[in-house]
Amino acid sequence: MQVILEDIRKYFGDVKANDGINLTLQPGKIYGLLGENGAGKSTLMKVLSGYHPPDDGRIILNSTQVAFSSPSDALLQGIGMIYQDPLDIPAMRVIENYLLGWDRRVVLDYARAEDELRQNADRMGFHVDFDAYIDSLSLGERQQLEMLRLLALGAEVLILDEPTTGISAEQKESLFASLRRLAEEENKTVILVSHKLSDIQELCDHVFVLRRGKLIGSADIPCPTQKLVEMMFEELPPRRSRVSYARDGSALLQLQNVEVEGDRLQVGNVNLNIRDGEVFGLAGLEGSGQRLILQACAGLMPVYAGRIIFDQRDVTRWPYRKMLQAGVAYLPAGRLEEGLIAGLSLMEHIALSNPMPGFLIDWRHYERETEARIQRYEVVGQVNSFVETLSGGNQQRSLFAMLRDDLKLLLMEHPTRGLDVRSADWIWQLLYQRVETGTAVLFISADLDELVERSDHIVAFSGGAMSRVVQADQTTADELGYLIGGE
Amino acid sequence: MRRIRWHLPNWIVVSIAIIASLLVTSLLLLLFGVSPMDGFGAMLLGAFGDSTKVLSVTAFWVPLALASAGLILTFTAGLWNIGVEGQIIMGAVAASWVALRIDAPRPILLVLELSLAMAAGALWAGITALLKTRGKVHEIFGGLALNNLAIIFTNYLISGPWQPPEGGTFRGTDPFQAKALLPLYRDSRLSPLSVIITLVVIALIYFVLRGTKWGLRLKALGKNPRSAFILGVSSERETILAMMICGAFAGLGGSVRVLSWFDSLRQSISGGIGYLALLVVMLSATRILLTPFIAFFFSAVLNGSITLQLRTQLHSSLGGILTGVMVLFVLLFSGTRSLKLPSQKTLEVEEDE
Repeated sequence: MQVILEDIRKYFGDVKANDGINLTLQPGKIYGLLGENGAGKSTLMKVLSGYHPPDDGRIILNSTQVAFSSPSDALLQGIGMIYQDPLDIPAMRVIENYLLGWDRRVVLDYARAEDELRQNADRMGFHVDFDAYIDSLSLGERQQLEMLRLLALGAEVLILDEPTTGISAEQKESLFASLRRLAEEENKTVILVSHKLSDIQELCDHVFVLRRGKLIGSADIPCPTQKLVEMMFEELPPRRSRVSYARDGSALLQLQNVEVEGDRLQVGNVNLNIRDGEVFGLAGLEGSGQRLILQACAGLMPVYAGRIIFDQRDVTRWPYRKMLQAGVAYLPAGRLEEGLIAGLSLMEHIALSNPMPGFLIDWRHYERETEARIQRYEVVGQVNSFVETLSGGNQQRSLFAMLRDDLKLLLMEHPTRGLDVRSADWIWQLLYQRVETGTAVLFISADLDELVERSDHIVAFSGGAMSRVVQADQTTADELGYLIGGE
Repeated sequence: MRRIRWHLPNWIVVSIAIIASLLVTSLLLLLFGVSPMDGFGAMLLGAFGDSTKVLSVTAFWVPLALASAGLILTFTAGLWNIGVEGQIIMGAVAASWVALRIDAPRPILLVLELSLAMAAGALWAGITALLKTRGKVHEIFGGLALNNLAIIFTNYLISGPWQPPEGGTFRGTDPFQAKALLPLYRDSRLSPLSVIITLVVIALIYFVLRGTKWGLRLKALGKNPRSAFILGVSSERETILAMMICGAFAGLGGSVRVLSWFDSLRQSISGGIGYLALLVVMLSATRILLTPFIAFFFSAVLNGSITLQLRTQLHSSLGGILTGVMVLFVLLFSGTRSLKLPSQKTLEVEEDE
């Protein structure tokens, strides 16, 4: 299906997310949509997929002008989008979730649906357990499922928003292979929204680059990476060298033979020592146990055996709120699910996370404070902006802006997920400022380069077992890859 | 080609709903052979025809406004405090106990009545809250059960221990001693003191939600409990507090029912004021400053329908129909959005206009 976007405009308050964008997409091709955070990529694709109505401009499919009333309306007309966080219903089984969109009749035909799903899955090379509950699937599996659903409902244009964040390398391989097959054999149009140059280079035929809501340029792939980076950023982000701020002396956080149990996973025999000012990375595929350990350190997960010592105190049984008061902060991965509160402004978030003594709120103080933090963390937004109106990257930056000043230990899940290279670097520079004053950081990342580049020490988790502790400056992403594989 | 977004300012939504519900009610009146002009005229006369009527509307307004104000807190925290009806009843029962059983100078008696009523309402709400936080019983179910228990308890008191000596009527207790009643304005059912208390409560809640840490925590909890927890908000503590404070104000409203509207504890002492308050808060889109006006409007319609019945022989429940239809229309037009706090942007726009 040929897609033409003409002069698409979408404003959120003062923010011009899309400021007159023109694109033409041909069938059978894979397109990349590149740009740093807040460039307007996601907004443009949400306009194309019926999630946002455009403020102005036209969408033309096969030379007919169309308007979508909803994502499902867009899907009926052949456009399907896989969101960064798939919008399926967690407490339902795979097959039920699939039937929800598939069967418009009263009586559900499980057998036929399962048959169809299996055929499609085989064709795409996906392995899905149909009786599994959605919330037991990994992000990658949910993505595959969502893709099967869209294809079964007749999607001709498939939009994927940052599909490679949070999935394993193996899942990425299989995803890319199936996307190529869809374009070549079934003449589908594929659009990959990403800020990862390597993904674009590996998969796409052609790339469009957005910057501040405008189309800045486009190029055929292969194309020198240097040229793409220049288009994305105007100027190149400088590489800064890394110094370790880890202090000698006794450990700030000690895990002694810690044992934690998740829904389907047991993690045992974890021994770690983290010193003041140390940056400690936890590697592993999603669901390998690293998140359970991180949450145990935050008091969010019961510890079955062993001890956790923090700041010379046994905190094994401490609840989360007590840990917060003791100088620990926890940064979750799901921004709008468990980090931010839709409907509250940035200032209200700062007031919530940085309480001052007393019963009353000094709003003028928080207004100044929020202003300062917005500047420092380069959040594109206003003091009174509601967090849900911010772009994904700015939501992530807001989470950092909310952190208290006096932290002893910072626990983070995927701190820079969804951020472009420059924003991620900026966030880490701000983190190092804290680390320099003695704050220790324990973080999970799926990005091996980030782990190697940012940490002092790293351990990998594989199926609930912890690897040996490796020194980051003496390891490589490849070696980490082996450790994650349990070798 | 600019699309009009379906997000109207709140006051337009409410106006449309009022007009639409007036139309529906007019249709009903026509169906029964009454001209809508006559019908609404009778209602208006019944609510504001003379000073007695206005005083009566205001007296009915007090407990409704108190319960609505309390509900603003629980709605903000994302709690459906259906149990507010029972909390009103228990407040009435507690005040009645003081009025029937305690002998003391008038000021002491009144302070005792009002504070015990608040304590009883808070306690009743606290049970619902504990059932929710500790027993995982949803506050709607816990509240409904406790509402029924409160009604049964009242009936037991009236027909048992607090039965009048002549016995047998099941309608209510004996009238309380005169000094136990709230001082009334002339020979109306309105206690000026209760109006002052209500206005203070409304101002207090406005202030709490706007300027205190606790108010902000309630908002956070109501919008996203999981994120609020990660940000350090204790959902159990805030849930219990919000419910109990709401219960205290509802209980206060209950005491006003027995100490000024009536002079004794009656069967169905609340008569659905709690449920009415829920509708008031839904109409207000959880904005405290709107609730006293909406509550007053409800009170006027319901009191006016009594005159309507006298004039047209139509049952006074027409007033209930009018308010019920109105709430449905508002919810219909504003969707679920009306239940959330309005954005500051919409507020600014409204202030500009």
